[in-house]
Amino acid sequence: MTAIDHLTQATYLVAAVLFIFSLRWLSSPKTARQGVAAGVGGMVAAVIGTLLHPEIVSYTWILIALVVGTAIGIPLSWVPLTAVPQRTALSHAFGGLAAGLVGTAKYMLWLHDGELTSFRTFAIVVEVLLGYLTFTGSLMAAGKLQEVLPTRPITYRNQNIFNFLLLAIAVGAGLYLVARPDTWQLFPVVVVLSLVFGVLLILPIGGADMPTVISLLNSYAGLSAVAMGFVLDNKLLITAGALDGSSGFILSVIMCKAMNRSFTNVLFGAFGQVSQVQAAAEARAVKSATPRDVADILENASSVAVIPGYGMAVAQAQHRVRELYDQLSKRGIDCKFAIHPVAGRMPGHMNVLLAEAEVPYTALAEMDDINPDMPQVDVAIVVGANDVVNPAARHDKASPIFGMPIINADRARTVIAIKRSMNPGFAGIENELYYADNCLMAFGDAKAVLGDVVKALSGDSGIH
Amino acid sequence: MQNLDLWSMLFVFMLATFVGFQVIQNVSRLLHTPLMSLTNAISAIAIVGSIIIAGEEKSLSSTVLGAIAVAASMTNIVSGFLITDRMLKMFREKGSQK
Repeated sequence: MTAIDHLTQATYLVAAVLFIFSLRWLSSPKTARQGVAAGVGGMVAAVIGTLLHPEIVSYTWILIALVVGTAIGIPLSWVPLTAVPQRTALSHAFGGLAAGLVGTAKYMLWLHDGELTSFRTFAIVVEVLLGYLTFTGSLMAAGKLQEVLPTRPITYRNQNIFNFLLLAIAVGAGLYLVARPDTWQLFPVVVVLSLVFGVLLILPIGGADMPTVISLLNSYAGLSAVAMGFVLDNKLLITAGALDGSSGFILSVIMCKAMNRSFTNVLFGAFGQVSQVQAAAEARAVKSATPRDVADILENASSVAVIPGYGMAVAQAQHRVRELYDQLSKRGIDCKFAIHPVAGRMPGHMNVLLAEAEVPYTALAEMDDINPDMPQVDVAIVVGANDVVNPAARHDKASPIFGMPIINADRARTVIAIKRSMNPGFAGIENELYYADNCLMAFGDAKAVLGDVVKALSGDSGIH
Repeated sequence: MQNLDLWSMLFVFMLATFVGFQVIQNVSRLLHTPLMSLTNAISAIAIVGSIIIAGEEKSLSSTVLGAIAVAASMTNIVSGFLITDRMLKMFREKGSQK
């Protein structure tokens, strides 16, 4: 090893340490920004260490690529926070693409130099498979989230069998390549099948499953970086990829648990497949309330829990929600936000939206923390959430969501559900909460209804 | 030719996965969205591999593929760190008006 090599490895070691600290500091919002600084520091150290590498003969292409990447990256960081799930999916796609391309380049170079060993080919096949399927899969997910692609699950007969066969052929071709690394004709087969498989994998996924799927893709992107580390004999890549992979894996497990479903069920179950809405026929009575009524009820409450869902993001109602929070806090009414882990389109989506609307994070409560207190809550306001407050999940064994942990909104003294109409939610499941004796429906656009409620409340404070 | 570093790589992988599990489990649930964008930026460390392939210029095709990979990783690094910081700035203990 030359002195430069030692220096490069030293920067990699420093980067690995900084990356671990970066994630460690995310344990609290107080230290979290320090975490970003540590991550940036590690990244800069590693990149400088790499640029010193003697094998680099020209910087032209590198510089062009760095400039292009920066030029795309900066505007991508300006997206509105409601679009963060799409941006995240897109960045998983870029991560997968980079892994796939590096694997392809390495295969070509080593093939040319006759340096392909079975181990190298194995690592490349894993890298390329994961990389390219993450690339197209994440692009599909981003397209569905941005609604440029149909968000409903797309299914056809024998879909799972077909997908499985395709994957089996890709893996078979890959294994043959490992045994005979010079049968280069098979390499494009693996590449194309991985690309196609990524698309097919996401076709049957519906919007409500996006939190799990994004987390899984995150994990794949991390694992493809690990495989790249094995290909390039680079331990920093293995470390960073493993951190990313385990993070994605943990998030997927949390999401699955929060829906009481397994990985296989999410990926192959086509949950959003509208379970032939048995409903509509039985027109049951609901009680409705005007914004004025809602304001009156709230004024007489001493504790309020707001339960936000994806509908709040769609209606862009988070700022009205915060005004409501301000009005209630001003009156000394305790107002908390009850956040279900899968509310929204990615893990933690609601927290970020509410934080942007300047709701202090101390008012955000996790499902497990707030549920025991729900019977003491005077008013639960459901804003754009549906399945995550459906009591059927607790007792109706026939319901598709039976067993899913829910926020026990129905146990509050009064429930106010803000909803456009009585149409069932995304999964097409009738929500019995709306027919409960203690539930009032405030029909209308969440932003408009909440605006009127806030207006009524602030009008009152003028009179008193 | 092949320096069998396989075992030490597997050790690194195993240990890093354990560290990852420990560290990530302690991440506040409030911050799961920033967590995902931060880990995304961190795993764009793949840029170091891409830089060498783009810079050693062994063949035109590998250089082009490497350069695209550098651009893709750089996009993730820049947008990942910037948006993470932008989101984290919004998490405040007290509201705007107190």
